[in-house]
Amino acid sequence: MEITRREFIKTSAAAAAAATVGIPVSGAVQAAAREAEADWQWDKGVCRFCGTGCGIMIATKDGRIVATKGDPDAPVNRGLNCIKGYFNGKIQYGKDRLTRPLMRMSNGKFDKHGKFVPVSWEQAFDEMEKQFRKAYDEKGPTGVAIFGSGQYTIPEGYAAAKLMKAGFRSNNIDPNARHCMASAVVGFIQAFGIDEPSGNYDDIEYTDTIITWGANMAECHPILWSRVSDRRLANDNVRVFNLTTCSNQTSDIADTELIFKPGTDLAIWNYIAREIIKRDAVNHDFVRKHCVFATGPYDIGYGMRPTDEHAFPAEKDTQAKELKVKLDKWEAIAQRRKEGEVVEQKHRTKAMAHWLISFEDFKKAVEPYTLDFVAELSKGDAAEDMDSHRQKLKELADLYIDPKRKVVSYWTMGFNQHYRGSWVNEQAYMVHLLLGKQAMPGNGAFSLTGQPSACGTAREVGTFAHRLPADMVVFNPKHRARAEKIWKLPHNTLNPKVGSHIVKIMRDLEDGKIKFAWVQVNNPFQATANANHWIKAAREMDNFIVVSDPYPTISAKVADLILPSAMIFEKWGLYGNAERRTQAWREQVPPPGEARSDVWQILAFSKRFKLKDVWGEKPVPGLKAAGYADGTLPDVLAEAQKMGYSPDSTLYEVLFATPEFRKVGWPDPVAKGHDNHTVKALGEKWFPEKALFNEYRKFGVGHAHDLAEFDVYYRDDVRGLKWPVVDGKETQWRFNAKYDPYVKKGDFEFYGPALKALPSGNLDRPTSKEKTSLAGKAKIFFRPYAAPPEQPDEHYDLWLSTGRVLEQWHTGTMTQRVPELHRAMPNAQIFMHPEDADARGIKRNDVVVVESRRGKVKAIVETRGRNRPVKGYVFIPFFDEAVYINKVALDVTCPLSKETDYKKCAVKVYKA
Amino acid sequence: MTDSLTARRRFLVRMGQGAAMAATGGLLWSYLLREQAHAAATAIRPPGALDDADFNARCIKCGQCVRACPYDTLKLAATGDVAVIGTPYFTPRETPCYMCVDIPCTAACPTGALDHGLDDIDDARMGLAVIDIENCLSWQGLRCEICHRVCPVQDRAITVEHHPRKLSKHAMFVPVVHSEACTGCGMCEDACPTDKAAIRVLPPRLVQGEIGRHYRLGWTIDTPVTQEFKPAEGEGGREPPAAGGLDYLNEGGL
Amino acid sequence: MNASRPEPKLGPNGRPVRPFVLPDTIGGRFRVWRFILYRRLVQLGVLLLFLGTAWWSWSLGGRPLLLGNLSSSLVLGVIPLADPFAVLQILATGHALDSQVLIGAAVVLLVYGVLGGRVWCSWVCPVNMVTDLAAWLRSRLGATDLFHIRRSVRYLVLVLALLLSALTGVAAFEWVSPISMLHRELIFGIGLGWTAVLGSFLFDLLVLKHGWCGHLCPLGAFYALVGRFAPLRIRFDAPTCTHCGECARVCPEPQVLNLREAAAAGLIRSGECTNCGRCITVCPEDTLHFYLRNPLASAGRSQSDSR
Repeated sequence: MEITRREFIKTSAAAAAAATVGIPVSGAVQAAAREAEADWQWDKGVCRFCGTGCGIMIATKDGRIVATKGDPDAPVNRGLNCIKGYFNGKIQYGKDRLTRPLMRMSNGKFDKHGKFVPVSWEQAFDEMEKQFRKAYDEKGPTGVAIFGSGQYTIPEGYAAAKLMKAGFRSNNIDPNARHCMASAVVGFIQAFGIDEPSGNYDDIEYTDTIITWGANMAECHPILWSRVSDRRLANDNVRVFNLTTCSNQTSDIADTELIFKPGTDLAIWNYIAREIIKRDAVNHDFVRKHCVFATGPYDIGYGMRPTDEHAFPAEKDTQAKELKVKLDKWEAIAQRRKEGEVVEQKHRTKAMAHWLISFEDFKKAVEPYTLDFVAELSKGDAAEDMDSHRQKLKELADLYIDPKRKVVSYWTMGFNQHYRGSWVNEQAYMVHLLLGKQAMPGNGAFSLTGQPSACGTAREVGTFAHRLPADMVVFNPKHRARAEKIWKLPHNTLNPKVGSHIVKIMRDLEDGKIKFAWVQVNNPFQATANANHWIKAAREMDNFIVVSDPYPTISAKVADLILPSAMIFEKWGLYGNAERRTQAWREQVPPPGEARSDVWQILAFSKRFKLKDVWGEKPVPGLKAAGYADGTLPDVLAEAQKMGYSPDSTLYEVLFATPEFRKVGWPDPVAKGHDNHTVKALGEKWFPEKALFNEYRKFGVGHAHDLAEFDVYYRDDVRGLKWPVVDGKETQWRFNAKYDPYVKKGDFEFYGPALKALPSGNLDRPTSKEKTSLAGKAKIFFRPYAAPPEQPDEHYDLWLSTGRVLEQWHTGTMTQRVPELHRAMPNAQIFMHPEDADARGIKRNDVVVVESRRGKVKAIVETRGRNRPVKGYVFIPFFDEAVYINKVALDVTCPLSKETDYKKCAVKVYKA
Repeated sequence: MTDSLTARRRFLVRMGQGAAMAATGGLLWSYLLREQAHAAATAIRPPGALDDADFNARCIKCGQCVRACPYDTLKLAATGDVAVIGTPYFTPRETPCYMCVDIPCTAACPTGALDHGLDDIDDARMGLAVIDIENCLSWQGLRCEICHRVCPVQDRAITVEHHPRKLSKHAMFVPVVHSEACTGCGMCEDACPTDKAAIRVLPPRLVQGEIGRHYRLGWTIDTPVTQEFKPAEGEGGREPPAAGGLDYLNEGGL
Repeated sequence: MNASRPEPKLGPNGRPVRPFVLPDTIGGRFRVWRFILYRRLVQLGVLLLFLGTAWWSWSLGGRPLLLGNLSSSLVLGVIPLADPFAVLQILATGHALDSQVLIGAAVVLLVYGVLGGRVWCSWVCPVNMVTDLAAWLRSRLGATDLFHIRRSVRYLVLVLALLLSALTGVAAFEWVSPISMLHRELIFGIGLGWTAVLGSFLFDLLVLKHGWCGHLCPLGAFYALVGRFAPLRIRFDAPTCTHCGECARVCPEPQVLNLREAAAAGLIRSGECTNCGRCITVCPEDTLHFYLRNPLASAGRSQSDSR
């Protein structure tokens, strides 16, 4: 056993260790050092990691990044960084950086079972084109897919979406951001009709009550958390309240920590709503003027596959719940039904449906959520006294309701990665709207994001299967028409059928429906739950997987072709953070070897296709839309010819190297001498990133998504701007007349246009088909408690939640290559309660097997330390390739947002 | 007579030579031993190691503790290493002590140089972590605190204190080490992300001060006024004390 | 027979003195070198057991074979062994010791008490291989001693080691012993210990014949005392001895071959004899043999002996 421990540590260290060339970090400011640094060139940039969006400054010399520092002028972080941010300058210097395209070959030819061999870009694209055509010709636009990213730069995401949607007429592009904040998006869209938060980080300094729900901000948004902490320390009146299922570092500053049972946050919100009504604390004026009440169906499934065709034998019982669920005692009360009733999940495909209800109905709906009921249901720590838990719930309600208090609710993945993630997001708005504490300084519900441009690119650019830029959607004919106009496409070029979301792309690979997939700026094969299925699908099915990445990741390992990519400061780009702040940087250093930017890869690939290849009639199984023949995209070549295109025009010419784009010349004074390897590699005289951005801008301007001109973001005096940027001014609080130029009438206007005409009904169903317009109003949703589909039982007796740690980011592909970060957190441990360990004969630092119905991994046990789970609960970070926890995790998703619930599944743990 | 005299003289000279050899050898030898003992001043010992003098005496240098360590943390000092030749020690920056619950190293010790009475690894005092606050990133305001998070005795041996930062609205998260709980395992030193560790583990005696025994920190103990005051015994019968201050008063000018 | 041939020299027993002649046959040579071979096998075998347990986790029935080193070890996780001289030094410092190491020392004492204390020196001690090499090279080089010291100096060093242990509070010899250094560093990694070993090698090679093992080593002295009454001895068959002197030429401790005393006792009495067996194989008369005496009888004998 001892030997196992030792070997485990050694092998996992060897697997991840890759030394980098050190940056000389001189502590003291000495004359000699100053002299050596005299010819360093500094420029502004953005941190590569989380959604906080800290500003950094980058120093380069002789084509290398020699230092970075926190940008003292950046309002987000004021010169500070977390420990990941501290290492921004080292992430690109891992010694296993990919510098040449690599393809699986045997005897000089592509072979899915061959070994990776370096090839030229030309060879790589030749094979990629061949394989793409094979899939596209066989299956049509739905046979190909792109795994996109919340780490795309804005121009990258825009180029990828444009190529996919306008060029290949496929909506099968979906970002890893789906895993990260899709539930937040549904919450925003359904409640406000427009995506992204109304408030901003300055709320922290304005509020006096900070409530975190399923957000370990102390580790996952470290710099924001230091702002929260400062606010708390500087003011005795400020309260910090942490709701969590696992005691964590965020509890350290919190005045109160409330541990709830996984999934019962749904009930806690309704308890607060009931208290608001019971105590007559509803802000009736605000609600009457600005809100309506709504609800939707409950029987919506859990986002699993409806069949067990591919399920492992052990998975079948969980999978069966997708179609039929027997209500437990709690659900029965919470949903006003009978215990033991078997509910067929009839609205699985209509989960987004909702209708107006009356305030009286709303009141009736929250009535069962009494303190007694919710306290008993939600108490997460068996060792805690019931009275103490009740007291905390009451205190929570008091904090929200207290009319003298401003309240900010923050959440991250605890909400978003939830089998009812969209519901619980909407419940946050429910409480804030009932109290009228939304969209004003210091008041509001605020979704924090985990990726640097989940907002800026994935959401705003719309690299989702259903989206177009600026909150538009593919199934809305008006939106398509606008996009076709801006993109200069023939009518009905765009595909109106929503594509496959990221989990479905995996499932489609397994089903053989998708035969070509391109992974860009992410690592989906490590990051997608229930990974054993997807690895098998990639390696054993007849398909072709391309992975663009700077490093050899798990995704690269299962790929057929690997394209070496430029990293953040090796290309031009812009990111948008969680507070709507768009920030930009220039190319600082050239990419190593033959690595190229993703923009170049997308543009270079587009050169290989002609209009006649893609704009003819194409099959799209299941397509049903007004103006389209069923199952078919029309041939638009004739109209294209009328617009001046030739069937032999390439997608490159039609989508990218347009006359308009060519006007955006390179070199450009905004570069201030910085290079652009993308331009050089294309052999062009125009500036693709700027041209792409400025075209993308057109979507948002005038539609409450206004971005400034490209050059503005590069001004020395600008440290990002919060959109909408109107008349050169950023917007601090949206929907609030004092701050938001888009508010046309009244003090508040929730002007978002989406889903703003609804039928009316009662709590169970819509009763009239007639739709009421809700212009300017926000929706207060009633959403009931529903039980998690997989819960601990006698075979798998522990809850498993996965998540992050401060030192590592996402799947660790960058941070694990910084030796210092690797040594700080070399392995993902399994955090468990010491008594749970004892009961299994496990000691701290033992190697254990963590096994679910889907798979198993080994990990080292930690019974102390940063996370202190309650009994019956274990937590494992997902960054570690050696602890491939997504083989164990469950691919249940929120049926509305399709975001995976990585926070709840059942496992057993035993000694290895 | 002469013969026996010569014989006796020869014997005495012999004895003298022998004694001189023994004395010289002994001196050199003990000098070597003392040098060795000094070399051990900064070595971090396995858990349960007795204090220096006892440990140095009792350790038989068999290396059974080293073999018992499941992480290859412990090394046996080779000649010329930082520790007394042949004794076990570890270098936290290379491999820290992972604080096994069963403390196999101590259990393996045949001589008791590692105290078998140590049954809770939290009670081990291998060293004491010391922070270089000038180079600690957290003390500069960055959100690091890796030392705190990796600390197996988290929140007792290392706590994070939150202080407002004057330059911005970001609190500082400042790690502080507490000697009463720090085991000296060195997880912090191993994990510290600066180029040279800004937190180091050292033998406590090299870094710890001591408050004067004549003073108690006012807020640490509650001291009610003693109600039944017992006056000191009278000084009757003793010699009158020597007159003080005379030297100063009588000597020298003004 | 042939008058020109010199008369064969006769030994005191009246037999002709025959010189030792190295046989030509492999079998014959093996007989001559057999004890050297056995000793090397035992020495390397012990070392290998330690190394194997340490590096390749050799075990028997899940128990580590031989954990530790010559200072102290554990056989199969049960039987403790310890260097009794190291234990004595530690006790001299005035420090208590745990029972495990005390039991270990007793076990070792018992073993060497039976086999002959200095069996340690020639059959186990790793430095023996170094000094034997030095002695062999020295005979090739024909080096002469730079100075002469008495072999009994080692007892002085022994006393000094205990005295210094008491005075300095640390096991004095253990801190400088080239034996421990060599063995430890073979098992636990190389440091500068080889310099001390090289020192003893050069000392033996160029300065003083059998300088370290035969004159200075206090551990050898300790085991000489331990082995004083050991049952395993070299038997001396006096009537067959021609006093040819071959045994003394190969003996690293020739003073133990006091033939008069040996004749009286019928065996080699001195504890300084290392039971290396060299004398046995070179004796042309087959006078010397390993022999297990009755310990009780020997005790009686030794009492009745007068020096």
